[in-house]
Amino acid sequence: MRWLSRSYLALVYLLLYVPIVVLVVFSFNDSRTGYSWGGLSLRWYESLFNNHAMVQAMWNSLWLALTAATVSTVIGALTALALHRYRFRGKRVLNGMLFVVMMSPEIVLAISLLGLFLLLGLKLGYVSLLLAHVTFCLPFVVITVMARLSGFDERLPEAARDLGASDFTMTRTVLIPVIMPALMAGWLLGFTLSMDDVVVSTFVSGPSYEILPLRIYSMVRVGLKPEVNALGTLLLVFSLVMLMLSQWILSRSKQ
Amino acid sequence: MTKTLLSLSGISKQFDGKTVLDELSLTIDDGEFITLLGPSGCGKTTLLRMMAGFEHPDEGTVTLSGVDITQTPPEHRPLNTVFQNYALFPHMSVFDNVAYGLKMEKRPKAEIAERVEEALAMVQLEDFARRKPHQLSGGQQQRVAIARAVVKRPKMLLLDEPLSALDYKLRRTMQVELKRLQRELGITFVFVTHDQEEALSMSDRIVVLKDGYIQQLGTPREVYERPANVFTARFVGQTNFFPGRVTKIEGERISVDVFGLNRELSKPSFRVAVNQSLHVLLRPEDIRVLAPDDIEGVAGKIVERNYKGSTLDSVIELEDGSHVMASEFFDEDDPTFDYSIGERVRVSWVDGWEWLLAEEGDEPLTDEEELAADDAEH
Repeated sequence: MRWLSRSYLALVYLLLYVPIVVLVVFSFNDSRTGYSWGGLSLRWYESLFNNHAMVQAMWNSLWLALTAATVSTVIGALTALALHRYRFRGKRVLNGMLFVVMMSPEIVLAISLLGLFLLLGLKLGYVSLLLAHVTFCLPFVVITVMARLSGFDERLPEAARDLGASDFTMTRTVLIPVIMPALMAGWLLGFTLSMDDVVVSTFVSGPSYEILPLRIYSMVRVGLKPEVNALGTLLLVFSLVMLMLSQWILSRSKQ
Repeated sequence: MTKTLLSLSGISKQFDGKTVLDELSLTIDDGEFITLLGPSGCGKTTLLRMMAGFEHPDEGTVTLSGVDITQTPPEHRPLNTVFQNYALFPHMSVFDNVAYGLKMEKRPKAEIAERVEEALAMVQLEDFARRKPHQLSGGQQQRVAIARAVVKRPKMLLLDEPLSALDYKLRRTMQVELKRLQRELGITFVFVTHDQEEALSMSDRIVVLKDGYIQQLGTPREVYERPANVFTARFVGQTNFFPGRVTKIEGERISVDVFGLNRELSKPSFRVAVNQSLHVLLRPEDIRVLAPDDIEGVAGKIVERNYKGSTLDSVIELEDGSHVMASEFFDEDDPTFDYSIGERVRVSWVDGWEWLLAEEGDEPLTDEEELAADDAEH
């Protein structure tokens, strides 16, 4: 039985990691076809960086993720603070609506955003992508920050006021530093979500602003080029770095 | 000649329609150590928060040194608070925590450094300036909170149950230390607690609060020895309530029948009439336990004995079934002095040690108050 459970576990991990390992290994393959091994090479990395459209899409994606994460962190943090600190009419509705955005199928969000942008006459491109990405990142940021605020000692702002800080100074010197880890975690979450979104982006992007996930998607459709493996490996390294960064921030703040 | 520092007049406050404070007035003198004592929900914390500026009264005014500060926000009041759970800023070092108030005043760096060090030295934490609050013990965090509050040299220090999170021994040490600090700084301390022992040992004056009313305001001695009403008598310390009936009034003396004993007592300050019932209050340490063949006192038997180190506490059941608590010091001449359960004794007290209270309409304490009083005793 012990043998069986061990091999079952091994099988699960094998299924999880074999594709990733294959991807990484084949990104260094010298062969033109993706099925045979032709020796070690960096040629696909080279051709990837020589592919101007690809590099441009990468920068576009990075910029979009950066701005979308930042905007949604600012709006999300303020929303979370308002929900936490004040009692007002419609608070429950507002809270519930966040979950609706989070739980509704992405395709629904995509269609409704496209409809809205067309109705407003907004040209599809960077702005429409940014608005759409902020929309689906927002609930995640709000929930992350709210979780941190629920453990926040209500006496801290009072102590700051008692010592002579105005409401604004208190927010700057006490409130924001204390919830900083949650802001960072929310930002990283938003960044990741924006970076690999395909469904919503497909609907609301235009030819003026091509982003990485859509570029890869179109590349795959005309046949798998080993360049994609190289790109996938780079993205994997990038997300691992981001993951370790967020873990490090969280563990440091727990001390 | 004492000077009034802070005065509250006609303060009322409701939360969600529930009255927390009702037309309360209180003046606090400059330099005194005053304690707000009462069970939870009596309004003591609300009163303190009103002084600090976190709550504003629905009615009434708060005046500090003759200036109306009723609507002044906390950051503009020259008072500082030590919070129950310390509320230290977790992301700042001890030094930065203490320096916070001075930075808000935009003091020069050199002055801040000097005053912070001075404040930390006062609470014996000079060597901990670089630590973060989570690296300190509860007692040390408590000291940082005090240093942070006194570094601004406030006119008044407000302390909201600052010792309640500490263990018994540390609490005693901190009590002594707080008293020392108050003497050295000469600042007025307003101390909130539900612990009557703490209140008795630290305060110049005690305000006993219940249901948003001041039950009694006086020195610890007054509150303990001459409680104004049944609540105060029960809440502060342990008390025996003997039922008494007035049999005769003669000038300043009255005769009272207690358990069939006829005692001549001095006339209380409230109005008495012949045949009126009243409470005769005796603290356990005022009770005399006599030998069974004594001619004085009431007969009873020991039903409980508790060795307390310096005292021997016992409970005596009288013939009518009522219980009497007694607390006796050990006698040097008789170090083996003790009782056995069931031993027959007689109970009496020295004339003049009793305290008389009129009967009140609503006698029994509610369960909640009973619990609070129990808490306060431990």
